[in-house]
Amino acid sequence: MKKLVGTLTKENIRKLKPRQEVFFTGTIYTARDQAHKRLIDLMEKGKPLPFDVKDKIIYYCGPTPAPKGKVVGSCGPTTSSRMDKFTPRLLDIGLLAAIGKGERSPDVVKSIKKNRAVYFITYAGCGALLSDYVKKRKVVCFNDLGAEAVFAFEVKDFPLIVAIDSKGDNIYG
Amino acid sequence: MRTISSKLISKTVAELSVKANIELRGDVLSLLNEAKRLEKTRLPAAALLAIVKNANVALKEKLAICQDTGMPVVFVEMGNNVHVKENITDIINKAVKRGYSSNYLRASIQKDPVFRNEKPAYSPAIVHIDIVKGNKLKITVLPKGFGSENKSKVKMLNPTATLEEIENFIVESVKAAGAGACPPYFIGVGIGGTQDFAGLLAKKALLIPFTKLNKNKKLALMQKRLIKKINALDIGPFGLGGKNTALGLNIKTYPTHIAGMPVAVNISCHALRSASVTI
Repeated sequence: MKKLVGTLTKENIRKLKPRQEVFFTGTIYTARDQAHKRLIDLMEKGKPLPFDVKDKIIYYCGPTPAPKGKVVGSCGPTTSSRMDKFTPRLLDIGLLAAIGKGERSPDVVKSIKKNRAVYFITYAGCGALLSDYVKKRKVVCFNDLGAEAVFAFEVKDFPLIVAIDSKGDNIYG
Repeated sequence: MRTISSKLISKTVAELSVKANIELRGDVLSLLNEAKRLEKTRLPAAALLAIVKNANVALKEKLAICQDTGMPVVFVEMGNNVHVKENITDIINKAVKRGYSSNYLRASIQKDPVFRNEKPAYSPAIVHIDIVKGNKLKITVLPKGFGSENKSKVKMLNPTATLEEIENFIVESVKAAGAGACPPYFIGVGIGGTQDFAGLLAKKALLIPFTKLNKNKKLALMQKRLIKKINALDIGPFGLGGKNTALGLNIKTYPTHIAGMPVAVNISCHALRSASVTI
């Protein structure tokens, strides 16, 4: 088992292999369907993005509201394949990694390999448990989307499993 | 005639909405625990351990088991001697909204399904009302997550379809769901009726405890065979492989037309949530 602290880099990403467990400490940005759609729409119009995705980690997640005394509510991953049509565009402008659940399309696998990125899965359907790893949360943009807004999560020892590595090797075969 | 007050119905639905979302069903939890005990491979075992731990954290911290608190599906069995003054569907929709909004559950309902330009809301729910004999009201709330709902299927088979063809469609549906809908799965199968009704049967099949044996011996055998075939797909918890791809499969049937055989497969993630009460 490997612990990774701080932003992943192109260098330490290359050492990761499928099925490897990683406990990540640092910042991850939530974005799911509508946030992806907006980011790509802005790119197509040639407008600046509300946050720079370069070297960032995107987490496909739409949390429940935070109850009193908690930083965030339940916050597990949503199905990654719905983001497949957007992901290569974001990888091309420097997105380093994505976290979600389930398979990716051949195009995404190709793009991960081309851009030497990585795709992680985390504990799917375990949103209550995962909320304990989130230490801080702030809204980054698209607050009008409710749970689909982009949040920055400061996480500690957040559990990840490498599903597609920087060479395009895939746990789903 | 027994009049049941709108207030009691409302209170009951609001409470069930919360209970279903934070307290995992007994049959589901016991099957997950059994799978955890039997799984020896490192990663799938870690996945099952996380799933069971998650159920405990949710209950202890009164947190949603899953952030996808679903589209609430509410089943009502209404006795023919029950009288409710107001429109029961309206009562239910308001109660679901109250239960969700005051207990930190997620607003996941998009009122405009085509243009999708509204901020997600808590309701409406999907409400199914069946009239039964008696003077009681049974209410069940099933918050259906869409990761798994998205993978559900209906196929209109020929009336002469073999058992193998039926089973192949069911197994292929699970194969197509793959790793993305939170396996290990609980599967509801509906056979018969019409296209829409088969879908409803499949969803109702999710409400039958998965630890209970089907009274119809032929269907019980079919369920057993299907579980075996599905578990040979090697999808496993979170898609990490192994024999635990489906922990339960229920079949519900209804008469159908001589020209057809509708088969519906409703897939549920491992966090199959529902709660019911009879008043």
